[in-house]
Amino acid sequence: MSEDLARFEDVENPVMPYLRQERIPHIWCPGCGIGTTVNCFARALTESGLDLDKVSIVSGIGCTGRVAGYMRLDSFHTTHGRAIPFATGLKLANPRLKVVVYSGDGDLFAIGGNHFVHAARRNMDLTVICVNNSTYGMTGGQVAPTTPLGATQTTMPYGNFENPFNLPFLADACGAVYVARWTVFHVKQLTRAMKEALLKPGFTFIEVLAPCPTLYLRRNRLGDGVDQVKYYKEKSTIKHGADTKEVGLGFQSDIVVGKFVDRERPTWLDSMNQHFSKVLGTRFQPWGGSNGED
Amino acid sequence: MKADPRGVLTGIHFMDGDHAACEGALAAGCRFAAGYPITPSTEVVERFAARIPTVGGVFIQMEDELASSIAIQGGAWAGHKVMTVTSGPGLSLMMEHVGLAAITETPCVIVDVQRGGPSTGLPTLPAQADMMQVRWGSHGDYSIIALSPNSPQECFDLLIKAFNLAEEYRVPVFFMMDEVVGHMTERVVIPEASEIEVVERKWTRKKPGEYRPFECEDGSLVPSMVKAGDGYRIHITGLTHDERGYPAMNVAAQDKLVRRLKDKVDLLRDRIVDVREDGVDGADVVVVSYGITSRIAGAAVEAARARGVRVGHMRLVITWPFPSGRIAEVAKTARAFVVPELNMGQMVIEVERAVCGRASVRCVPHAGGTVHDPDVILDAIMEAAR
Amino acid sequence: MGDEKAAGKKAKGTVFVRSEVCKGCSYCIEFCPTDCLEFSKDFNSKGYHYPVLARPEDCTGCDLCGLYCPDFAIFGMKFKDLEARKNAGASGGAGG
Repeated sequence: MSEDLARFEDVENPVMPYLRQERIPHIWCPGCGIGTTVNCFARALTESGLDLDKVSIVSGIGCTGRVAGYMRLDSFHTTHGRAIPFATGLKLANPRLKVVVYSGDGDLFAIGGNHFVHAARRNMDLTVICVNNSTYGMTGGQVAPTTPLGATQTTMPYGNFENPFNLPFLADACGAVYVARWTVFHVKQLTRAMKEALLKPGFTFIEVLAPCPTLYLRRNRLGDGVDQVKYYKEKSTIKHGADTKEVGLGFQSDIVVGKFVDRERPTWLDSMNQHFSKVLGTRFQPWGGSNGED
Repeated sequence: MKADPRGVLTGIHFMDGDHAACEGALAAGCRFAAGYPITPSTEVVERFAARIPTVGGVFIQMEDELASSIAIQGGAWAGHKVMTVTSGPGLSLMMEHVGLAAITETPCVIVDVQRGGPSTGLPTLPAQADMMQVRWGSHGDYSIIALSPNSPQECFDLLIKAFNLAEEYRVPVFFMMDEVVGHMTERVVIPEASEIEVVERKWTRKKPGEYRPFECEDGSLVPSMVKAGDGYRIHITGLTHDERGYPAMNVAAQDKLVRRLKDKVDLLRDRIVDVREDGVDGADVVVVSYGITSRIAGAAVEAARARGVRVGHMRLVITWPFPSGRIAEVAKTARAFVVPELNMGQMVIEVERAVCGRASVRCVPHAGGTVHDPDVILDAIMEAAR
Repeated sequence: MGDEKAAGKKAKGTVFVRSEVCKGCSYCIEFCPTDCLEFSKDFNSKGYHYPVLARPEDCTGCDLCGLYCPDFAIFGMKFKDLEARKNAGASGGAGG
């Protein structure tokens, strides 16, 4: 290897140009899956062909909330649960931007749940990537709206008795036009899904299952990050177009992954522009469609 | 810079304060607003929703006030002048994002048409009981600016000023209307666009790579801005950050940032404040008032003068930052201050601090629901003059 | 180090490791399709074992390790791509 390095010593990790390198190493724990999703996202950005100056990333608070701060894009690290409404304002005020929300399950679905529901209903032109690690990592492993029944968390010390969300079903029911679930084992599929979501107008949603070794796995005696990724490998079944009602997750249960929803609906901005053009005629000042034209 | 004529409804109108505020926002260049229905403020966004499609811009009714108060910040970082509108209960929900706007130095205007509180309180009736909340409501130390209009005409004129101040100082600016000012209908004169001065955002002249989002230059305490999509690849965070905008979890970074967030308004207090004075020099008694109460207080001042009292009137058009310096100066000669307000005593605390025992300070509280009876203020003036 | 196996077999690519940012999660070792990585005997300054290319002849430079690595500490390259980069005098980069 040293011989190879001598020959190619200037070679840089292909992910590096996408990162604020001066901020690396990042804060994530050994075996945390968030960094893996960042690799896939960087790859998906390349493959999407998007002009990266026109891509903004918005995060909320939490471990995944730190993704925005590491990406060399216009990046916004907002308040807990409110990445989606910030992203909504950014997109509506400049329709030419591609706006990605990258955050965790607690941020997007507990404190931010209402915003997710309404942005999906409106078909706001956003790509939402949720890294679901089943817990609140940053604050020390409390029960999340995604914690499987029976899993132990600091605020569910005798095991979780609250029913968790089935995130793809929720997104589907609210009207998302693209819904997929992958795990950090499925790096190639995840990359492809991210690319598809980035290029599809409307509210696109990807759930990524990722291990939190420090606060979810350890507390539940499930080993290291790599053990959980092996579980993803062994227990996942790819089922594109699966009925989202059927893809709920149990404690270390079988996992259905795949692209569940891919449909067409006019985006909020397209609807607004079409409607106002119809009712106001030439008095209407158009404000950019989903492709960003003025 | 002059106003964009597309947003200016030049002419002489008969409209209420809520509608006049909307016209003020459009004239100021606001092209993105987000709101959530709440009495007695809703008419502002209702008019905005009707007007903006033909002006060029967007209005969206969000799912709650948390959402509308952060959606506008997304809009600001996309490069637009932005506004949200609310009243007491909604304002309470927005407090988290007042802090975000303060620490990220995001120019935005929050219109608060005040009603009686606490909680749901008196949805359709006036109060001025949010004055301390807008100053101190979000956690941590920061500065804001607040204006208090007392007529529909001022809802137009001063809202333009509010937008200009938001751009100049990069702070959340509060527009402290109340139910009476919002719903009273009067003559409103909207001038030609060429007569309306608007402040453009302080855009950087630097290139990507050279620009640091929170670096101040030329002795200014306000950094220059860029917007998303221009190739600067900025990072903006609600965490304490350094000049690059990167999180900095240390005492020195916190001290440097928080001091500047305070100082950029506090040190320039004398430049920002706007006090309209009437007969203050040589007065024995000085009435300090703001917003709708200043109109009632004006009547009481006239009545007291008719009874021979040497009474002056200081009307605070800008309530935050507070004009402590001027009040302290007046306190050298005046014997007493009378402070009527539609709350149980909020801004009077600031008057007391500025006066610092050199004169007596008399609060004329009112729990809200209607305006003061002028005679109550008159009685307080007469007692103070005794 | 697999000399007999290596005989007659030519590596198509290689990996680059920034051992100092590795946190020893072993994703790259576990999910390498040709099983060519192993933990180092040494520790890095943070106390983690990092991956080494134990069977270089098996490496295809597929960069699956790079896609898995949560710490951006390892990546793979095919020799033909490396040569192409070298000739182009570029070190790659994000568009825009």
